[in-house]
Amino acid sequence: MPNSVTRDYVISARQLTKHYGDFAAVDDISFDVPAGESFGLLGPNGAGKSTTMRMIGGVSQRTSGSLTIMGLDPEQHGPQVRAHLGVVPQQDNLDEELRVRDNLIVYGRYFGLPLSYLKPKADELLEFAQLTDKAKAKVDSLSGGMKRRLTIARSLINEPKILLLDEPTTGLDPQARHILWDRLFRLKESGVTLILTTHYMDEAEQLCDRLVVVDKGKIMAEGSPAKLIREHSTREVLELRFGSERNTTVAAELQGIGDRLEPLPDRVLIYTHDGEAALEQVTARGLHPITSLVRRSSLEDVFLRLTGRSLVD
Amino acid sequence: MTNSPSPGAGVEPAATQKGPTNKTAIQPPTTTLRAHAPQVAADRAKRFGSWYYAEHALRVMNGYRWTLLAYSVGNPVMYLFAMGVGLATLVDQNSSDAFGGVSYLAFIAPALLASATIMTAATEFTYPVMDGFKWRRVYYGPHASPLGVHQIVNGYIIAISLRLILMSAIYFGIVAAFGASPSGWGWVAVPVAVLCGLSFGLPLMAYSASVQEDKGQFALVMRFLVTPMFLFSGTFFPLDTLPIYLQWIGWISPLWHGTQLGRMLTYGFPVPIWLAVIHVVYLVVLAVLGWRLARRTYARRLGK
Repeated sequence: MPNSVTRDYVISARQLTKHYGDFAAVDDISFDVPAGESFGLLGPNGAGKSTTMRMIGGVSQRTSGSLTIMGLDPEQHGPQVRAHLGVVPQQDNLDEELRVRDNLIVYGRYFGLPLSYLKPKADELLEFAQLTDKAKAKVDSLSGGMKRRLTIARSLINEPKILLLDEPTTGLDPQARHILWDRLFRLKESGVTLILTTHYMDEAEQLCDRLVVVDKGKIMAEGSPAKLIREHSTREVLELRFGSERNTTVAAELQGIGDRLEPLPDRVLIYTHDGEAALEQVTARGLHPITSLVRRSSLEDVFLRLTGRSLVD
Repeated sequence: MTNSPSPGAGVEPAATQKGPTNKTAIQPPTTTLRAHAPQVAADRAKRFGSWYYAEHALRVMNGYRWTLLAYSVGNPVMYLFAMGVGLATLVDQNSSDAFGGVSYLAFIAPALLASATIMTAATEFTYPVMDGFKWRRVYYGPHASPLGVHQIVNGYIIAISLRLILMSAIYFGIVAAFGASPSGWGWVAVPVAVLCGLSFGLPLMAYSASVQEDKGQFALVMRFLVTPMFLFSGTFFPLDTLPIYLQWIGWISPLWHGTQLGRMLTYGFPVPIWLAVIHVVYLVVLAVLGWRLARRTYARRLGK
């Protein structure tokens, strides 16, 4: 049944488009994801990432274009497609009236899995999610990070080969995020294909082999984090703060330093291959920033370059 | 990909891997733990999905089973004592055959039975529906699984129907213990009461699924739909003792149709056969229309 074009890819999207009335939430995007890859959609809120995820997840109808998951069209083979997936939605939808372990078991029943499999599997997943001692707790007694880990554990109950993660760490504190990243990284190592959306560049850099930068429903760029940075930004960035009053006025005096200048309301960014050298030039011109910082370029800079806006607003 | 359903495959964990290697390496259960293939999951969900969701809803109910049980016993005992024993003493003294020659207790017992299912349906098909779509969004979990939207709807209806059956059976048992169901057909009032609850509950389910934001609509339903229905459906006095301009409330009320059927069954209240058929058909039509409409509303809202 899978044709030759889609056989090598677990997910294939061609000119995928979704309109809500006149508004194009997803506008003509195409991408392919080979098995085992960790593929990210990076973009700000409202870029169309979640809508794309819902179409891949077989719960939302596209307006036009084509989409296959494991060679199957989710609109014609919804249950089959969803049987292949593990889904971590943007908003947790655990059943708070059930206990932690029962949430996993009940979810596994949707896949027709027998209790003889589900009971030990639930314990195994609670272990993986570091929730073993919470097995009998009520869901509403869990912290945000624990709920998120439980949602991830739940998505793994059917041993999916493809895991969809919509903003997996949004709203979590840094420590909880690192625990989650570690768990996701282990899944990636075990060969699970991860599809994740995020508006955190550090998350994308940590977890994604390859990503697309999405803005206003369109793909702006595509490649590995390193490739995107290489193509769309310089090696280093010099960040200067002159105080919110002066940042824009001082920018005029900085012209000519580095490859490119980006004045932002709270700071001025100078893109250059050598940040220290650029800083020396700045002080040589008699300008003394309140703070200065030399750092490597990140995906944030790529996004800024491509869209003229920052990721988190 | 093979579309042929493979019956038997995946019955046991680790039994789904076909091929010669299957039987060679038997390892401890913790390491051989293996989910069946996605195609098996999809086939099973297609066949039994509604029951899987019902199982979920029943597990949730099981969490407060003692409350449910206490309510199912306490509610009829309370009503039957207050109305059927307390109030009935006065009523029966003053008008010995105002109720077709039966005691007031026998007269109101089937009405109370039917209204109990309606009251329960009125709560189970309002706030929990809103909870599924909006508050705790519990529908979106199964929606991402192999289950279809119609199976979520069916599964919830199955679970609530089971609850109504249990509740009505207990109710009827207590009615019978009070000696208020002299006819041998009295027990049929149990499925009729369940049907009555669904004929009101399922259209309500469709409505609840269309509510985007709770601005007190459900409280209004209770006050301006359920309460008048409870009072003016021939529950406490025959419908024809009401002025004609109020009797329409009874005619459109599923409670009246359910109550009349119940009376027919518990003490042989005379109902012409054509009217009995109308009672049944009316209840079935309401329930089926509500069910179809609920499936459509759910599909539209979840599939956005």
